[in-house]
Amino acid sequence: MHWARAFAESTIGKKIFMAASGVILVGFVLVHMTGNLLMFQGPAAINHYSAFLKSSAPLLWAVRITLLVSVAVHIGSAWSLTLVARAARPARYARHHAQVSTWGARSMRTGGVLLFGFIVFHLLHLTTGNVHPEFSPSDVYGNVVVGLRMPVVAAFYVVAMIALGLHLAHGVSSLFQTLGLNHPHWNPIRHRLAIVLAVLVFTGFSTIPLAVAFGVLR
Amino acid sequence: MRITLRVWRQLGPTDPGRLETRDVPDVSPDMSFLEMLDVVNEGLIAAGETPIAFDHDCREGICGACSMMINGVPHGPNRATTTCQLHMRTFRDGDTIVVEPWRAKAFPVVRDLVVDRSALDRIISAGGFIGVSTGSAADANATPIPKTVADRAMDSAQCIGCGACVAACPNASAMLFTAAKVVHLGLLPQGQPERYRRVLSMVRQMDLEEFGGCTNFGECQDACPKEINVAVIGRMNADFLKASLSNRDEAA
Ligand code: HEM
Ligand code: FES
Repeated sequence: MHWARAFAESTIGKKIFMAASGVILVGFVLVHMTGNLLMFQGPAAINHYSAFLKSSAPLLWAVRITLLVSVAVHIGSAWSLTLVARAARPARYARHHAQVSTWGARSMRTGGVLLFGFIVFHLLHLTTGNVHPEFSPSDVYGNVVVGLRMPVVAAFYVVAMIALGLHLAHGVSSLFQTLGLNHPHWNPIRHRLAIVLAVLVFTGFSTIPLAVAFGVLR
Repeated sequence: MRITLRVWRQLGPTDPGRLETRDVPDVSPDMSFLEMLDVVNEGLIAAGETPIAFDHDCREGICGACSMMINGVPHGPNRATTTCQLHMRTFRDGDTIVVEPWRAKAFPVVRDLVVDRSALDRIISAGGFIGVSTGSAADANATPIPKTVADRAMDSAQCIGCGACVAACPNASAMLFTAAKVVHLGLLPQGQPERYRRVLSMVRQMDLEEFGGCTNFGECQDACPKEINVAVIGRMNADFLKASLSNRDEAA
C-alpha cells in the first residue's frame, strides 16, 4: 500500500481527492436543490418528499455517511494544501498583480470556510432543529417557512449561496483539469458548464429564503 | 526618460532585506531592462557603492536567468517576454518601478534579486531526462512521430526553467514547470519507457522542495515567457493518477 500513501501525501493526490469528493457534493447539491423547489408546490409535496427520503433508514444513512466522508475528505485536503501553499511563500511581495485569477478562484478558501459554517448551522437549523425556534420533524414546509422568516437567517442563507455559486464557478471547471481532463475542444464547454451550474445552484437555492422573506411562501 | 526604481536589496540569505529607492535620470527608451540596471550599477560602482546583484546570461530570452518581479509581474508587464527582452519604452517617463526577487520558500534569496533556483534542477535530476543510451544521432525520420504530437512536445520543451510560474503563482507552485518537463518527454516515443516512473519521481521531488500545490488560478500560464499552457498540468495530473494506480517496481 506504499503507493496509496505516496499518492495521498502528494499535492496532486490531495487535489484529486478534492475533485472526486467535489463531484459527489455537486451531485448532492443538484438533487437537494431540485427537492427544495417542491416548496413551491405546497406543504404536502415537500413533506411527502421528506417522508419518502426518510422511509429507508439504511439508505438514508448510507447517503449521509457518504456525504459526511466527502465533506471531511474535501475539507481535510483543502486544509492541508492551504498549509503547504502558505509555507511555500513565507515572504510576501511588496507588489503583486494577479493577472488572470477569477473571483471564484480567489475565494475558494474563505468561501469554503463560510460554506462549512453554513453546513453546520444548516444541519442544526433544518435537520436536527437545535437552533430552530419551533422545529417539527414531520413538517419540513413549516420548518423552512418559520426558520427563514428571520431576516438575518434568510440573509445568511443567501450569502452562503453566493459563496456556493462562486465555489462552483471555479470548482466545477477546475475539477476536470485536476482529474486530467484538459482538451482544447472541451475546455470552453467545461468553463461554461461551471458558470451555468453556479448560476443555477445560486438561483435555485436562493429563491426559497427570498420567497419566504417576501411572503411568497408562508 | 527618468524613472524611480524601488529595488530589493538584501546582503545575503539571512539579511532581512528592504526596498531601496533610487532615482534613475538617464534612461534611454531603447535600453533593455537589464541594460538600465547595468547603467544604475555603473553609477553605484563609480560612487563606491555595491551594485545591485541580478542574474543574467544570454540576454536573448533563451536561458531563463534574468528572473525578477517587475511591478508585481514576473519579467514585467509584456506577454511572452523575459526581463532581458523587456525594453524601457514599455514604461513612461516618471514611472516608479518596483523590482523584487522571486518569492518562494524553495527559492531562497542569495543576494538582492538573485535567488537560488536549484530546486528546479533537482526536479529535473529526479527524472526529467531519458535514461537510455541513444548512440549516434539516428536518421531524423527513423521514428515516426505525428506532427501534432511533435508540436505539443516542442511547445512544452520551450520551458527555460526561469521560475516565473512559481513566482506568479499565489501558491508558489512549480506545477507548470514540472508538467512542462513531464509532458515534453512523456509525449515522445523515446520517453515512453520511463513515462510513469518519471512522473512519480518528479512530482515527489517537487513536493519535497516545498513548492505549493495547484489550485488552477492560471497565473503561471499568463506569466510564462514561453507561453506554456496549463494543459500540460492536466496531462501530468492524468499521468500521475495512472502511474499511482498502475506503477509496479518489479515484475509481479
Ligand atoms: C437555501 C438553501 C437551502 C435550503 C432551503 C435547504 C433546505 C434543507 C432542508 C429543509 C433540509 C432538511 C431535509 C429533511 O430533513 O428532509 C436540508 C438538509 C440538508 N442540507 Fe440543505 N438546504 C439548502 C442548501 C444547502 C446546501 C448549499 C448544502 C450543502 C452544500 C446543504 C446541505 C444539506 C445537508 C447535508 C442536509 C442533510 C441531509 C440529510 O439529512 O442527510 N443544504 N436542507
Ligand atoms: S538573460 Fe537569458 S533569458 Fe534573459
